[in-house]
Amino acid sequence: MNKELSAKDVVARLRDGMTIGIGGWGPRRKPMAIVRELLRSDLKDLTIVSYGGPEVGMLCAAGKVRKLIFGFVTLDAIPLEPYFRKAREAGELQVMELDEGMFEWGLRAAGMRMSFLPTRCGLGTDVLDRNPDLRTVRSPYDDGEVYVAMPALNLDVALIHVNESDRLGNTLVKGGDPLFDHLFARAAKECYVSTEVLHDCFGLVPEMARLNFFERYLVTGVVHAPYGAHPTYSGPDYGWDLEHLKRYCASATQEDGWQGYVDEFIACSEAEYLNKVGGAERLSKLPLPIF
Amino acid sequence: MTQASTAAAGYSLAELLIVAASEAWRGNGEILASGIGVVPRLGASLAKLTHSPELLMTDSECFLVEEPIPLGPRGDYQPKYSGYMSFDRVFECVWGGRRHAMIGPTQIDRYGQTNLSLVGDYDKPKTAVLGVRGLPGNSINHANSLFVPNHSVRVFVGAEVDMVSGAGYNPERWPEGARNDFVDLRLIITDLCVMDFGGPNHGIRVVSLHPGVTFEQVQSATGFSLLKVDDLLTTPAPTEEQLEVIRRLDPHNLRASVIKNNPPGVRTA
Repeated sequence: MNKELSAKDVVARLRDGMTIGIGGWGPRRKPMAIVRELLRSDLKDLTIVSYGGPEVGMLCAAGKVRKLIFGFVTLDAIPLEPYFRKAREAGELQVMELDEGMFEWGLRAAGMRMSFLPTRCGLGTDVLDRNPDLRTVRSPYDDGEVYVAMPALNLDVALIHVNESDRLGNTLVKGGDPLFDHLFARAAKECYVSTEVLHDCFGLVPEMARLNFFERYLVTGVVHAPYGAHPTYSGPDYGWDLEHLKRYCASATQEDGWQGYVDEFIACSEAEYLNKVGGAERLSKLPLPIF
Repeated sequence: MTQASTAAAGYSLAELLIVAASEAWRGNGEILASGIGVVPRLGASLAKLTHSPELLMTDSECFLVEEPIPLGPRGDYQPKYSGYMSFDRVFECVWGGRRHAMIGPTQIDRYGQTNLSLVGDYDKPKTAVLGVRGLPGNSINHANSLFVPNHSVRVFVGAEVDMVSGAGYNPERWPEGARNDFVDLRLIITDLCVMDFGGPNHGIRVVSLHPGVTFEQVQSATGFSLLKVDDLLTTPAPTEEQLEVIRRLDPHNLRASVIKNNPPGVRTA
């Protein structure tokens, strides 16, 4: 029952061409330690399914992404993600661009083992025109209304970051918003979770146990990764690292900027990475964002 | 206005727009008011603190508040939470229709269709922006208003927007049997004027011009023909009371950076 793995172990289980869902939202609670390990690998031709933040830009810059299923890619405080833009504007990416709610519906359908769920979201827009595979469905009842039949977004793997976990795969999300990570976990054949704090086995008071949003039978492996969401926001533990995100964005304006970023921040161990970005002393004090 | 009040002597264009934006939420009832960006958020907050206290509002993260939270670093201010509104709950609210959002899209066309995805060709865009985000769902489920700090033909495009992200009133876009009657576009607040969708077939009309702006000026900055209401007004100036509330909601004066050079509300020729 000990599901502990290293990030390297997780990436060793991934294969070229897989459909990988990444939890979090924009620059919030992204499983960046696992993403950095993925960037160090030879994996390619991935389909990435994400409410996109810097992980999408990085995976695009590294040439790992064949297809992106998304509603947006943003760093919030910095609205435009530079490497996503580069890849998109170069015409390099296959995309399935969806309304945020359609995206949620697709994950729900997958988690419920449905082929689709009906929704009005997407009607009257280019989301239907630009995704010719999307079909509509007519209500079998007297109203006869026509809906979008949002197909299941079935994931081979989901990658998620949480605040606390135990070795059995029980997890806690302590930030204010659990986002849609539980749906990624349900939509995936395998789910790997990185965690700030790793316990042997939880023994929680009820108020804490309520912060468990999906069952451990959904969790395939657990990676102990303190500050593993850096440079994204993992409340209440630490805020996003705006200084680092600015530096990352600036690299996109420089010649061979991505290679420079890789040389400095990716081509090293996670421990070295954390040292380079200021270590626990600095990261633990990153202020929580004010909205 | 419920209170007897006089127009302020001096005010910025941004402050005029905040007051105009607040009008979008007047008389909406108990719904979630979502103003995205400095001017829309201050407009919603002003609405709640003056004419429409029944509005629901969040801290822009995941908690509901009955007292709108000032923008930027909070100093000693402690938010007082009244409820919870995670993204998941926001989606449920959206699909139930109990929301009025105001956002600033990249492009808007004559049908009120909006674009936040990209500019140019879909397969190889000139500029990739954010993606359609929640616009498809918002536009077909609840009331929406739009904010445009730079009224120009680049925003108000002549043809349809490059990637229809938010649905509008173009009948050709709707499959037979689909319900389009939930589309509810309300106001467009720009740096030149206030517009609505009150013309024939939801045509866009100018309902008020900001001080010193002419209809011709607005028309020439718009890529399609505009209508105007018969009694075309000047957008009402903020009152001293409204300005005081705005200053309290925006202690770091973020509103000064919304429009280039922070011009005064009354333009001089």
